[in-house]
Amino acid sequence: MGYTIAEKILLVHTDKKSISPGDFIEVKVDLALGNDITAPLAIEQFRKSGARKVFDRKKIVLVPDHFAPAKDLRSANQCKVMADFAREQEIVNYFEVGWMGIEHALLPELGLVMPGDLVIGADSHTCTYGALGSYATGVGSTDLARAFIDGKCWLKVPLTIKFIYKGKCNKWAGGKDLILFTIGKIGVDGALYKAMEFTGEVISRLSMDDRLSMCNMAIEAGARTGIIEPDEITSKYVREVSKCQGVRVSNKFVKLKSDKDASYEKVYEWDVTDLEPQVACPHLPSNVKPVRELKDVKVDQVVIGSCTNGRISDLRIAGKILKGKKIKAGLRLIVIPATQNVYLQAAKEGLAEIFVKAGGVFSTPTCGPCLGGHGGILTEGEVALATTNRNFIGRMGDPKSFVYLSNPAVAASTAIKGRITHPGEIC
Amino acid sequence: MLIKGKVHKLGDDINTDDIISAKYLVSTDAQELGSHCLESIKPNFSKEVSSGDVIVAGKNFGCGSSREHAPLAIKGCGISAVIARSFAGIFFRNSINIGLPFLELQDIDKISEGDQLEIDLSGGIITNLSKGETYKVAAFPEFLQGIVKCGGLMNWISSRKGAD
Repeated sequence: MGYTIAEKILLVHTDKKSISPGDFIEVKVDLALGNDITAPLAIEQFRKSGARKVFDRKKIVLVPDHFAPAKDLRSANQCKVMADFAREQEIVNYFEVGWMGIEHALLPELGLVMPGDLVIGADSHTCTYGALGSYATGVGSTDLARAFIDGKCWLKVPLTIKFIYKGKCNKWAGGKDLILFTIGKIGVDGALYKAMEFTGEVISRLSMDDRLSMCNMAIEAGARTGIIEPDEITSKYVREVSKCQGVRVSNKFVKLKSDKDASYEKVYEWDVTDLEPQVACPHLPSNVKPVRELKDVKVDQVVIGSCTNGRISDLRIAGKILKGKKIKAGLRLIVIPATQNVYLQAAKEGLAEIFVKAGGVFSTPTCGPCLGGHGGILTEGEVALATTNRNFIGRMGDPKSFVYLSNPAVAASTAIKGRITHPGEIC
Repeated sequence: MLIKGKVHKLGDDINTDDIISAKYLVSTDAQELGSHCLESIKPNFSKEVSSGDVIVAGKNFGCGSSREHAPLAIKGCGISAVIARSFAGIFFRNSINIGLPFLELQDIDKISEGDQLEIDLSGGIITNLSKGETYKVAAFPEFLQGIVKCGGLMNWISSRKGAD
Protein backbone atom coordinates (compact mmCIF):
# COMPACT_ATOMS: atom_id res chain seq x y z
CA MET A 1 0.00 0.00 0.00
CA GLY A 2 1.30 3.46 -0.89
CA TYR A 3 1.56 6.56 1.24
CA THR A 4 -0.29 9.85 1.27
CA ILE A 5 1.83 13.01 1.11
CA ALA A 6 1.29 13.57 4.84
CA GLU A 7 2.52 10.03 5.63
CA LYS A 8 5.54 10.45 3.32
CA ILE A 9 6.67 13.59 5.11
CA LEU A 10 6.19 12.01 8.53
CA LEU A 11 8.10 8.87 7.49
CA VAL A 12 11.24 10.72 6.39
CA HIS A 13 11.31 12.55 9.73
CA THR A 14 11.39 9.33 11.76
CA ASP A 15 14.04 6.62 12.02
CA LYS A 16 11.45 4.00 11.00
CA LYS A 17 11.26 2.02 7.75
CA SER A 18 7.47 2.18 7.54
CA ILE A 19 4.54 3.80 9.32
CA SER A 20 0.77 3.33 9.41
CA PRO A 21 -2.11 5.52 10.59
CA GLY A 22 -2.56 5.15 14.34
CA ASP A 23 1.17 4.59 15.02
CA PHE A 24 2.80 6.75 17.67
CA ILE A 25 6.07 8.08 16.31
CA GLU A 26 8.83 10.42 17.34
CA VAL A 27 9.78 12.90 14.63
CA LYS A 28 12.63 15.33 14.13
CA VAL A 29 11.22 18.77 13.43
CA ASP A 30 12.57 21.21 10.83
CA LEU A 31 11.07 24.19 12.63
CA ALA A 32 9.50 24.82 16.06
CA LEU A 33 7.40 27.96 16.46
CA GLY A 34 6.07 29.90 19.43
CA ASN A 35 4.37 33.24 20.04
CA ASP A 36 4.01 35.71 22.92
CA ILE A 37 1.20 33.64 24.52
CA THR A 38 2.54 30.12 24.11
CA ALA A 39 6.32 30.62 24.21
CA PRO A 40 6.52 32.05 27.78
CA LEU A 41 4.96 28.84 29.13
CA ALA A 42 7.39 26.77 27.03
CA ILE A 43 10.35 28.85 28.21
CA GLU A 44 9.24 28.30 31.83
CA GLN A 45 9.20 24.52 31.21
CA PHE A 46 12.55 24.65 29.39
CA ARG A 47 14.16 26.39 32.37
CA LYS A 48 12.50 24.07 34.90
CA SER A 49 13.95 21.06 33.06
CA GLY A 50 17.47 22.31 33.73
CA ALA A 51 18.26 22.55 30.00
CA ARG A 52 20.76 25.27 29.11
CA LYS A 53 20.94 25.41 25.32
CA VAL A 54 18.31 24.95 22.63
CA PHE A 55 18.91 22.10 20.18
CA ASP A 56 19.41 24.40 17.17
CA ARG A 57 19.12 28.17 17.32
CA LYS A 58 18.30 28.31 13.59
CA LYS A 59 15.31 25.97 13.81
CA ILE A 60 13.31 27.91 16.36
CA VAL A 61 11.02 30.78 15.39
CA LEU A 62 9.62 33.21 17.97
CA VAL A 63 7.10 35.84 16.96
CA PRO A 64 5.44 38.38 19.26
CA ASP A 65 2.15 38.79 17.39
CA HIS A 66 -0.90 37.98 19.55
CA PHE A 67 -0.78 40.77 22.13
CA ALA A 68 2.03 42.72 20.42
CA PRO A 69 2.88 45.55 20.23
CA ALA A 70 2.29 44.92 23.93
CA LYS A 71 -1.34 45.74 24.73
CA ASP A 72 -0.78 46.15 28.48
CA LEU A 73 1.78 45.65 31.22
CA ARG A 74 1.33 41.91 31.61
CA SER A 75 1.60 41.36 27.86
CA ALA A 76 4.76 43.45 27.91
CA ASN A 77 6.15 41.08 30.55
CA GLN A 78 5.35 38.06 28.35
CA CYS A 79 6.93 39.69 25.29
CA LYS A 80 10.02 40.42 27.39
CA VAL A 81 10.29 36.79 28.55
CA MET A 82 10.41 35.78 24.90
CA ALA A 83 12.77 38.57 23.80
CA ASP A 84 15.19 37.79 26.66
CA PHE A 85 15.15 34.08 25.84
CA ALA A 86 15.76 34.81 22.14
CA ARG A 87 18.74 37.01 23.02
CA GLU A 88 20.18 34.56 25.54
CA GLN A 89 19.82 31.57 23.16
CA GLU A 90 20.85 33.62 20.10
CA ILE A 91 17.66 32.55 18.29
CA VAL A 92 18.12 33.58 14.66
CA ASN A 93 14.44 33.88 13.82
CA TYR A 94 13.12 36.13 16.53
CA PHE A 95 11.13 39.02 15.07
CA GLU A 96 10.81 42.23 17.05
CA VAL A 97 7.72 44.31 16.27
CA GLY A 98 9.35 46.26 13.45
CA TRP A 99 10.14 43.03 11.59
CA MET A 100 7.20 40.93 12.65
CA GLY A 101 3.90 39.90 11.28
CA ILE A 102 1.22 37.41 12.19
CA GLU A 103 3.29 34.23 12.42
CA HIS A 104 1.42 32.18 9.81
CA ALA A 105 1.65 34.96 7.25
CA LEU A 106 5.23 35.80 8.18
CA LEU A 107 6.89 32.38 7.96
CA PRO A 108 5.83 31.55 4.37
CA GLU A 109 6.59 35.11 3.26
CA LEU A 110 10.15 34.82 4.60
CA GLY A 111 10.72 31.43 3.01
CA LEU A 112 11.13 29.79 6.40
CA VAL A 113 8.87 26.87 5.48
CA MET A 114 9.55 24.72 2.44
CA PRO A 115 7.67 21.83 0.85
CA GLY A 116 8.41 18.55 2.61
CA ASP A 117 9.26 20.25 5.91
CA LEU A 118 7.86 19.09 9.23
CA VAL A 119 6.84 22.08 11.30
CA ILE A 120 5.36 22.17 14.78
CA GLY A 121 4.00 25.37 16.26
CA ALA A 122 2.50 26.20 19.62
CA ASP A 123 -0.43 27.76 17.82
CA SER A 124 -3.36 25.86 16.39
CA HIS A 125 -3.20 27.61 13.00
CA THR A 126 0.27 26.22 12.30
CA CYS A 127 -1.56 23.92 9.85
CA THR A 128 -1.51 26.92 7.43
CA TYR A 129 1.86 25.81 6.00
CA GLY A 130 0.33 22.65 4.57
CA ALA A 131 -0.46 24.94 1.62
CA LEU A 132 3.25 24.72 0.76
CA GLY A 133 3.22 20.92 0.87
CA SER A 134 4.70 20.68 4.35
CA TYR A 135 3.39 18.70 7.31
CA ALA A 136 2.60 21.47 9.78
CA THR A 137 0.68 20.95 12.97
CA GLY A 138 -0.35 22.81 16.10
CA VAL A 139 0.97 21.60 19.44
CA GLY A 140 1.10 22.92 23.01
CA SER A 141 3.69 24.81 25.03
CA THR A 142 5.10 21.66 26.65
CA ASP A 143 5.62 20.15 23.20
CA LEU A 144 7.46 23.32 22.23
CA ALA A 145 9.61 23.17 25.39
CA ARG A 146 10.54 19.60 24.55
CA ALA A 147 11.39 20.58 20.95
CA PHE A 148 13.58 23.42 22.27
CA ILE A 149 15.59 20.74 24.11
CA ASP A 150 15.98 17.92 21.58
CA GLY A 151 14.26 19.04 18.36
CA LYS A 152 11.74 16.21 18.56
CA CYS A 153 8.01 15.73 18.96
CA TRP A 154 5.69 12.75 19.49
CA LEU A 155 2.88 12.39 16.98
CA LYS A 156 0.17 9.93 16.12
CA VAL A 157 0.13 9.21 12.39
CA PRO A 158 -3.27 10.50 11.27
CA LEU A 159 -5.64 8.92 8.81
CA THR A 160 -6.06 11.14 5.73
CA ILE A 161 -9.33 12.37 4.22
CA LYS A 162 -9.18 13.49 0.59
CA PHE A 163 -11.23 16.46 -0.61
CA ILE A 164 -11.59 16.82 -4.38
CA TYR A 165 -12.94 20.14 -5.68
CA LYS A 166 -14.23 20.09 -9.26
CA GLY A 167 -15.46 22.85 -11.55
CA LYS A 168 -14.41 26.48 -11.38
CA CYS A 169 -14.75 28.95 -8.49
CA ASN A 170 -17.05 31.84 -9.31
CA LYS A 171 -15.81 35.44 -9.27
CA TRP A 172 -16.40 36.18 -5.58
CA ALA A 173 -15.54 32.82 -4.05
CA GLY A 174 -12.02 31.63 -3.20
CA GLY A 175 -10.01 29.61 -0.71
CA LYS A 176 -11.88 30.99 2.31
CA ASP A 177 -15.23 30.01 0.82
CA LEU A 178 -14.01 26.52 -0.10
CA ILE A 179 -12.86 25.85 3.45
CA LEU A 180 -15.97 27.38 5.08
CA PHE A 181 -18.13 25.29 2.75
CA THR A 182 -16.10 22.18 3.67
CA ILE A 183 -16.34 22.78 7.42
CA GLY A 184 -20.06 23.45 6.98
CA LYS A 185 -20.42 20.05 5.32
CA ILE A 186 -18.31 17.93 7.70
CA GLY A 187 -18.64 19.84 11.00
CA VAL A 188 -16.12 21.12 13.56
CA ASP A 189 -15.02 17.56 14.33
CA GLY A 190 -15.49 16.19 10.81
CA ALA A 191 -11.74 15.62 10.46
CA LEU A 192 -10.89 15.01 14.13
CA TYR A 193 -7.26 13.75 14.46
CA LYS A 194 -7.11 13.47 10.63
CA ALA A 195 -5.06 15.04 7.85
CA MET A 196 -7.14 16.86 5.22
CA GLU A 197 -5.66 16.60 1.73
CA PHE A 198 -7.09 19.20 -0.66
CA THR A 199 -6.93 18.37 -4.36
CA GLY A 200 -8.73 18.60 -7.69
CA GLU A 201 -8.83 21.03 -10.62
CA VAL A 202 -10.03 23.92 -8.45
CA ILE A 203 -7.04 23.54 -6.12
CA SER A 204 -4.63 23.28 -9.07
CA ARG A 205 -5.74 26.74 -10.17
CA LEU A 206 -5.91 28.26 -6.69
CA SER A 207 -3.33 30.95 -5.79
CA MET A 208 -0.92 30.33 -2.93
CA ASP A 209 -2.63 32.98 -0.77
CA ASP A 210 -5.96 31.19 -1.22
CA ARG A 211 -4.33 27.86 -0.43
CA LEU A 212 -2.85 29.33 2.75
CA SER A 213 -6.34 30.56 3.79
CA MET A 214 -7.75 27.14 3.18
CA CYS A 215 -5.15 25.09 5.04
CA ASN A 216 -5.23 27.68 7.86
CA MET A 217 -8.75 26.59 8.80
CA ALA A 218 -8.21 22.80 8.65
CA ILE A 219 -8.02 22.93 12.46
CA GLU A 220 -11.59 24.28 12.55
CA ALA A 221 -12.69 20.85 11.32
CA GLY A 222 -10.55 19.23 14.02
CA ALA A 223 -7.76 18.21 11.62
CA ARG A 224 -4.14 17.79 12.67
CA THR A 225 -3.14 19.36 9.36
CA GLY A 226 -4.41 20.47 5.96
CA ILE A 227 -2.13 19.72 3.04
CA ILE A 228 -1.81 20.38 -0.70
CA GLU A 229 0.67 18.61 -2.99
CA PRO A 230 3.37 21.01 -4.21
CA ASP A 231 3.02 21.96 -7.89
CA GLU A 232 4.03 24.75 -10.26
CA ILE A 233 2.24 27.38 -8.15
CA THR A 234 4.16 26.18 -5.07
CA SER A 235 7.40 26.15 -6.99
CA LYS A 236 6.88 29.71 -8.27
CA TYR A 237 5.93 30.92 -4.77
CA VAL A 238 8.94 29.43 -2.98
CA ARG A 239 11.30 30.64 -5.69
CA GLU A 240 10.01 34.18 -5.41
CA VAL A 241 10.18 34.36 -1.62
CA SER A 242 13.58 32.72 -1.69
CA LYS A 243 14.90 35.25 -4.18
CA CYS A 244 13.77 38.10 -1.90
CA GLN A 245 15.19 36.52 1.22
CA GLY A 246 18.33 34.92 -0.18
CA VAL A 247 17.21 31.46 1.00
CA ARG A 248 18.43 28.40 -0.86
CA VAL A 249 15.65 26.24 -2.30
CA SER A 250 16.08 22.60 -3.11
CA ASN A 251 14.25 20.85 -5.93
CA LYS A 252 13.61 17.71 -3.92
CA PHE A 253 9.97 18.45 -3.42
CA VAL A 254 8.83 18.20 -7.04
CA LYS A 255 8.12 14.50 -6.61
CA LEU A 256 6.35 14.95 -3.29
CA LYS A 257 2.91 13.56 -4.10
CA SER A 258 0.52 11.03 -2.63
CA ASP A 259 0.97 7.57 -4.14
CA LYS A 260 -1.75 6.34 -6.49
CA ASP A 261 -2.47 3.42 -4.15
CA ALA A 262 -2.38 5.55 -0.98
CA SER A 263 -5.11 4.78 1.48
CA TYR A 264 -7.73 7.36 2.50
CA GLU A 265 -10.24 7.08 5.28
CA LYS A 266 -12.79 8.90 3.16
CA VAL A 267 -12.98 10.81 -0.12
CA TYR A 268 -15.29 13.78 -0.62
CA GLU A 269 -15.86 15.16 -4.10
CA TRP A 270 -17.74 18.37 -4.77
CA ASP A 271 -18.43 20.49 -7.83
CA VAL A 272 -18.06 24.05 -6.54
CA THR A 273 -18.89 25.91 -9.76
CA ASP A 274 -22.02 27.51 -8.31
CA LEU A 275 -20.59 28.07 -4.84
CA GLU A 276 -21.55 31.51 -3.52
CA PRO A 277 -19.38 33.29 -0.95
CA GLN A 278 -19.91 31.51 2.37
CA VAL A 279 -20.40 33.01 5.82
CA ALA A 280 -19.98 31.17 9.15
CA CYS A 281 -22.59 32.38 11.65
CA PRO A 282 -22.20 32.54 15.45
CA HIS A 283 -20.97 30.58 17.31
CA LEU A 284 -19.20 27.86 15.32
CA PRO A 285 -17.14 27.90 12.09
CA SER A 286 -19.36 25.05 10.85
CA ASN A 287 -22.54 27.12 11.06
CA VAL A 288 -22.16 28.12 7.42
CA LYS A 289 -24.68 29.78 5.09
CA PRO A 290 -24.45 31.35 1.62
CA VAL A 291 -24.02 35.12 1.94
CA ARG A 292 -27.37 35.98 0.29
CA GLU A 293 -29.29 34.29 3.10
CA LEU A 294 -27.83 36.74 5.61
CA LYS A 295 -28.59 40.06 3.97
CA ASP A 296 -30.70 41.24 6.90
CA VAL A 297 -27.88 40.90 9.45
CA LYS A 298 -26.74 44.35 10.56
CA VAL A 299 -23.09 44.76 11.48
CA ASP A 300 -21.30 47.13 13.90
CA GLN A 301 -17.71 46.24 13.02
CA VAL A 302 -15.83 44.74 10.08
CA VAL A 303 -12.34 43.31 10.56
CA ILE A 304 -10.14 42.53 7.56
CA GLY A 305 -6.92 40.79 8.55
CA SER A 306 -5.58 37.77 10.51
CA CYS A 307 -3.49 34.72 9.57
CA THR A 308 -6.44 33.58 7.46
CA ASN A 309 -6.97 36.68 5.29
CA GLY A 310 -4.50 39.47 6.01
CA ARG A 311 -2.23 38.97 3.00
CA ILE A 312 -1.68 41.48 0.21
CA SER A 313 -4.10 39.75 -2.18
CA ASP A 314 -6.81 39.98 0.51
CA LEU A 315 -6.20 43.71 0.96
CA ARG A 316 -6.22 44.21 -2.82
CA ILE A 317 -9.67 42.61 -3.07
CA ALA A 318 -10.97 44.79 -0.21
CA GLY A 319 -9.32 47.90 -1.73
CA LYS A 320 -10.90 47.29 -5.11
CA ILE A 321 -14.37 47.25 -3.55
CA LEU A 322 -13.79 50.18 -1.17
CA LYS A 323 -12.03 52.49 -3.65
CA GLY A 324 -13.76 55.86 -3.76
CA LYS A 325 -16.51 54.70 -1.40
CA LYS A 326 -17.42 55.46 2.22
CA ILE A 327 -18.31 52.86 4.80
CA LYS A 328 -21.73 52.97 6.46
CA ALA A 329 -22.02 55.75 9.05
CA GLY A 330 -21.56 54.38 12.58
CA LEU A 331 -19.76 51.22 11.44
CA ARG A 332 -16.13 50.55 12.40
CA LEU A 333 -13.83 49.12 9.73
CA ILE A 334 -10.50 47.78 11.00
CA VAL A 335 -7.94 46.68 8.43
CA ILE A 336 -4.88 44.83 9.73
CA PRO A 337 -2.16 43.86 7.26
CA ALA A 338 -0.69 40.54 8.37
CA THR A 339 2.98 41.49 8.11
CA GLN A 340 5.21 44.55 7.86
CA ASN A 341 5.86 43.69 4.19
CA VAL A 342 2.13 43.55 3.49
CA TYR A 343 1.78 46.87 5.34
CA LEU A 344 4.43 48.55 3.18
CA GLN A 345 3.08 47.07 -0.03
CA ALA A 346 -0.46 48.20 0.84
CA ALA A 347 0.84 51.71 1.48
CA LYS A 348 2.79 51.69 -1.82
CA GLU A 349 -0.20 50.54 -3.84
CA GLY A 350 -2.46 53.21 -2.32
CA LEU A 351 -4.58 50.66 -0.45
CA ALA A 352 -3.91 52.22 2.95
CA GLU A 353 -5.25 55.50 1.58
CA ILE A 354 -8.36 53.82 0.19
CA PHE A 355 -9.15 52.25 3.59
CA VAL A 356 -8.58 55.45 5.57
CA LYS A 357 -10.50 57.64 3.11
CA ALA A 358 -13.38 55.16 3.21
CA GLY A 359 -13.56 55.71 6.97
CA GLY A 360 -11.59 52.69 8.19
CA VAL A 361 -8.49 52.33 10.34
CA PHE A 362 -5.28 50.76 9.06
CA SER A 363 -3.32 49.17 11.88
CA THR A 364 0.12 47.70 12.49
CA PRO A 365 0.29 43.89 12.07
CA THR A 366 -1.11 41.92 15.02
CA CYS A 367 -3.56 39.11 15.78
CA GLY A 368 -5.31 41.76 17.90
CA PRO A 369 -9.10 41.48 17.77
CA CYS A 370 -9.21 38.03 16.12
CA LEU A 371 -8.85 36.35 19.50
CA GLY A 372 -10.29 39.19 21.55
CA GLY A 373 -6.83 40.50 22.38
CA HIS A 374 -6.88 44.20 21.58
CA GLY A 375 -7.56 46.80 18.89
CA GLY A 376 -11.21 46.09 18.15
CA ILE A 377 -12.94 44.35 21.07
CA LEU A 378 -16.72 43.99 20.90
CA THR A 379 -19.05 45.02 23.71
CA GLU A 380 -22.33 43.35 24.69
CA GLY A 381 -24.79 42.95 21.83
CA GLU A 382 -22.39 44.05 19.08
CA VAL A 383 -22.05 42.19 15.80
CA ALA A 384 -18.87 41.83 13.78
CA LEU A 385 -18.12 40.37 10.40
CA ALA A 386 -14.47 39.34 10.17
CA THR A 387 -12.14 37.62 7.73
CA THR A 388 -10.73 35.71 10.72
CA ASN A 389 -11.10 32.02 11.55
CA ARG A 390 -13.15 31.56 14.74
CA ASN A 391 -16.50 32.80 15.93
CA PHE A 392 -16.83 31.05 19.30
CA ILE A 393 -18.79 32.66 22.12
CA GLY A 394 -16.86 35.72 23.32
CA ARG A 395 -14.06 35.19 20.81
CA MET A 396 -13.80 38.91 19.94
CA GLY A 397 -14.87 40.32 23.30
CA ASP A 398 -18.07 40.16 25.34
CA PRO A 399 -19.69 36.70 25.64
CA LYS A 400 -22.89 38.37 24.38
CA SER A 401 -21.31 39.65 21.15
CA PHE A 402 -21.56 37.94 17.75
CA VAL A 403 -18.95 37.15 15.09
CA TYR A 404 -19.59 36.15 11.47
CA LEU A 405 -16.72 34.89 9.29
CA SER A 406 -16.29 35.61 5.58
CA ASN A 407 -13.87 36.33 2.75
CA PRO A 408 -12.41 39.87 2.26
CA ALA A 409 -14.76 40.80 -0.61
CA VAL A 410 -17.84 40.13 1.51
CA ALA A 411 -16.21 41.98 4.42
CA ALA A 412 -15.49 45.11 2.34
CA SER A 413 -18.99 45.08 0.80
CA THR A 414 -20.54 44.66 4.26
CA ALA A 415 -18.57 47.66 5.54
CA ILE A 416 -20.17 49.82 2.83
CA LYS A 417 -23.75 48.66 3.35
CA GLY A 418 -23.68 48.09 7.11
CA ARG A 419 -25.31 44.69 6.68
CA ILE A 420 -23.94 41.37 5.39
CA THR A 421 -23.62 41.98 1.66
CA HIS A 422 -22.80 40.01 -1.48
CA PRO A 423 -19.96 41.81 -3.35
CA GLY A 424 -22.09 41.64 -6.51
CA GLU A 425 -24.34 44.32 -4.96
CA ILE A 426 -21.42 46.78 -4.93
CA CYS A 427 -19.45 45.93 -8.07
CA MET B 1 -4.90 6.25 41.18
CA LEU B 2 -8.42 6.82 42.48
CA ILE B 3 -10.35 10.03 41.80
CA LYS B 4 -13.57 10.87 43.60
CA GLY B 5 -15.77 13.88 42.92
CA LYS B 6 -18.99 15.51 41.83
CA VAL B 7 -19.99 15.82 38.14
CA HIS B 8 -20.22 19.12 36.25
CA LYS B 9 -21.89 18.44 32.90
CA LEU B 10 -21.11 20.36 29.71
CA GLY B 11 -22.26 20.05 26.09
CA ASP B 12 -20.56 19.35 22.74
CA ASP B 13 -17.67 21.32 21.19
CA ILE B 14 -16.56 23.08 24.38
CA ASN B 15 -13.69 25.15 22.95
CA THR B 16 -10.57 26.55 24.54
CA ASP B 17 -11.97 30.10 24.38
CA ASP B 18 -14.85 28.81 26.55
CA ILE B 19 -12.40 27.17 28.92
CA ILE B 20 -10.14 30.19 29.30
CA SER B 21 -10.83 33.47 27.51
CA ALA B 22 -7.89 35.06 25.65
CA LYS B 23 -7.96 38.09 27.94
CA TYR B 24 -6.53 35.92 30.72
CA LEU B 25 -3.64 34.57 28.64
CA VAL B 26 -1.29 37.10 30.23
CA SER B 27 -0.63 34.62 33.02
CA THR B 28 0.90 31.15 33.20
CA ASP B 29 -0.28 30.57 36.78
CA ALA B 30 -2.70 27.62 37.05
CA GLN B 31 -4.51 29.01 40.12
CA GLU B 32 -5.12 32.38 38.49
CA LEU B 33 -6.22 30.81 35.20
CA GLY B 34 -8.42 28.40 37.18
CA SER B 35 -10.34 31.23 38.81
CA HIS B 36 -11.63 32.18 35.31
CA CYS B 37 -12.22 28.65 34.03
CA LEU B 38 -15.31 28.39 31.75
CA GLU B 39 -16.32 31.90 32.83
CA SER B 40 -17.89 32.99 29.50
CA ILE B 41 -20.36 30.12 29.40
CA LYS B 42 -20.73 29.37 33.17
CA PRO B 43 -19.88 32.55 35.06
CA ASN B 44 -19.72 30.91 38.52
CA PHE B 45 -18.05 27.67 37.44
CA SER B 46 -14.80 28.01 39.39
CA LYS B 47 -16.70 28.84 42.59
CA GLU B 48 -18.97 25.81 42.20
CA VAL B 49 -16.06 23.37 41.85
CA SER B 50 -14.77 21.50 44.88
CA SER B 51 -11.33 19.99 44.66
CA GLY B 52 -11.55 16.55 43.02
CA ASP B 53 -14.66 17.26 40.91
CA VAL B 54 -15.03 15.91 37.39
CA ILE B 55 -16.14 17.47 34.08
CA VAL B 56 -18.35 15.29 31.88
CA ALA B 57 -18.81 16.67 28.36
CA GLY B 58 -19.95 15.76 24.85
CA LYS B 59 -17.91 15.45 21.68
CA ASN B 60 -14.81 17.40 20.58
CA PHE B 61 -13.94 18.77 24.03
CA GLY B 62 -11.16 21.37 23.93
CA CYS B 63 -11.46 22.30 20.26
CA GLY B 64 -9.94 25.54 18.99
CA SER B 65 -6.70 27.10 20.09
CA SER B 66 -3.50 25.35 21.18
CA ARG B 67 -3.41 27.26 24.48
CA GLU B 68 -2.10 24.92 27.15
CA HIS B 69 -3.60 27.45 29.53
CA ALA B 70 -6.90 25.56 28.97
CA PRO B 71 -5.96 22.25 30.63
CA LEU B 72 -3.96 24.29 33.17
CA ALA B 73 -7.08 26.32 34.05
CA ILE B 74 -9.11 23.12 34.43
CA LYS B 75 -6.48 21.69 36.76
CA GLY B 76 -6.08 25.03 38.54
CA CYS B 77 -9.75 25.32 39.47
CA GLY B 78 -9.69 21.92 41.17
CA ILE B 79 -11.05 19.59 38.48
CA SER B 80 -9.34 16.22 38.78
CA ALA B 81 -10.40 14.60 35.49
CA VAL B 82 -12.36 15.25 32.29
CA ILE B 83 -14.64 12.63 30.73
CA ALA B 84 -15.93 13.32 27.21
CA ARG B 85 -17.23 11.55 24.10
CA SER B 86 -14.16 12.77 22.21
CA PHE B 87 -11.32 15.26 22.62
CA ALA B 88 -9.84 17.73 20.15
CA GLY B 89 -6.31 16.84 18.99
CA ILE B 90 -4.22 19.57 20.61
CA PHE B 91 -6.18 19.50 23.88
CA PHE B 92 -5.64 15.72 23.93
CA ARG B 93 -1.86 16.04 23.62
CA ASN B 94 -1.66 18.98 26.03
CA SER B 95 -3.53 16.97 28.66
CA ILE B 96 -1.19 14.01 28.19
CA ASN B 97 1.83 16.31 28.31
CA ILE B 98 0.85 18.11 31.53
CA GLY B 99 -0.74 15.13 33.26
CA LEU B 100 -4.43 16.14 33.32
CA PRO B 101 -6.34 12.84 33.52
CA PHE B 102 -9.01 12.42 30.82
CA LEU B 103 -11.18 9.54 29.64
CA GLU B 104 -13.16 8.91 26.46
CA LEU B 105 -16.63 7.55 27.18
CA GLN B 106 -19.54 7.30 24.71
CA ASP B 107 -22.21 6.67 27.37
CA ILE B 108 -22.06 10.11 28.94
CA ASP B 109 -25.88 10.43 28.86
CA LYS B 110 -26.05 7.97 31.75
CA ILE B 111 -24.22 10.47 33.97
CA SER B 112 -26.13 13.46 35.41
CA GLU B 113 -25.10 16.82 36.80
CA GLY B 114 -24.14 16.42 40.45
CA ASP B 115 -23.59 12.62 40.34
CA GLN B 116 -20.72 11.36 42.50
CA LEU B 117 -18.13 9.45 40.48
CA GLU B 118 -15.20 7.32 41.49
CA ILE B 119 -12.62 6.83 38.76
CA ASP B 120 -9.98 4.13 38.78
CA LEU B 121 -7.57 5.58 36.22
CA SER B 122 -5.26 2.61 35.88
CA GLY B 123 -8.14 0.15 35.50
CA GLY B 124 -10.17 2.49 33.28
CA ILE B 125 -13.27 2.02 35.45
CA ILE B 126 -15.73 4.79 36.25
CA THR B 127 -18.15 4.03 39.10
CA ASN B 128 -21.25 6.20 39.36
CA LEU B 129 -21.87 6.12 43.14
CA SER B 130 -25.14 8.07 42.82
CA LYS B 131 -26.64 5.63 40.30
CA GLY B 132 -24.85 2.41 41.26
CA GLU B 133 -23.48 1.91 37.73
CA THR B 134 -20.02 1.27 36.35
CA TYR B 135 -18.62 2.22 32.95
CA LYS B 136 -15.47 0.79 31.40
CA VAL B 137 -13.20 2.89 29.20
CA ALA B 138 -10.42 1.73 26.91
CA ALA B 139 -6.89 2.07 28.27
CA PHE B 140 -4.49 4.51 26.59
CA PRO B 141 -2.14 3.04 24.00
CA GLU B 142 1.13 1.89 25.54
CA PHE B 143 3.12 4.85 24.20
CA LEU B 144 0.83 7.38 25.89
CA GLN B 145 0.72 5.36 29.11
CA GLY B 146 4.47 5.76 29.27
CA ILE B 147 4.15 9.57 29.30
CA VAL B 148 1.21 9.52 31.70
CA LYS B 149 3.06 7.23 34.15
CA CYS B 150 5.97 9.70 34.25
CA GLY B 151 3.52 12.49 35.13
CA GLY B 152 3.92 14.32 31.81
CA LEU B 153 6.18 14.90 28.83
CA MET B 154 9.04 16.77 30.49
CA ASN B 155 9.50 14.03 33.11
CA TRP B 156 9.22 11.41 30.38
CA ILE B 157 12.06 12.87 28.32
CA SER B 158 14.30 13.28 31.35
CA SER B 159 13.58 9.69 32.42
CA ARG B 160 14.51 8.50 28.92
CA LYS B 161 17.73 10.47 29.01
CA GLY B 162 18.71 8.41 32.07
CA ALA B 163 17.83 5.20 30.22
CA ASP B 164 19.92 6.14 27.17
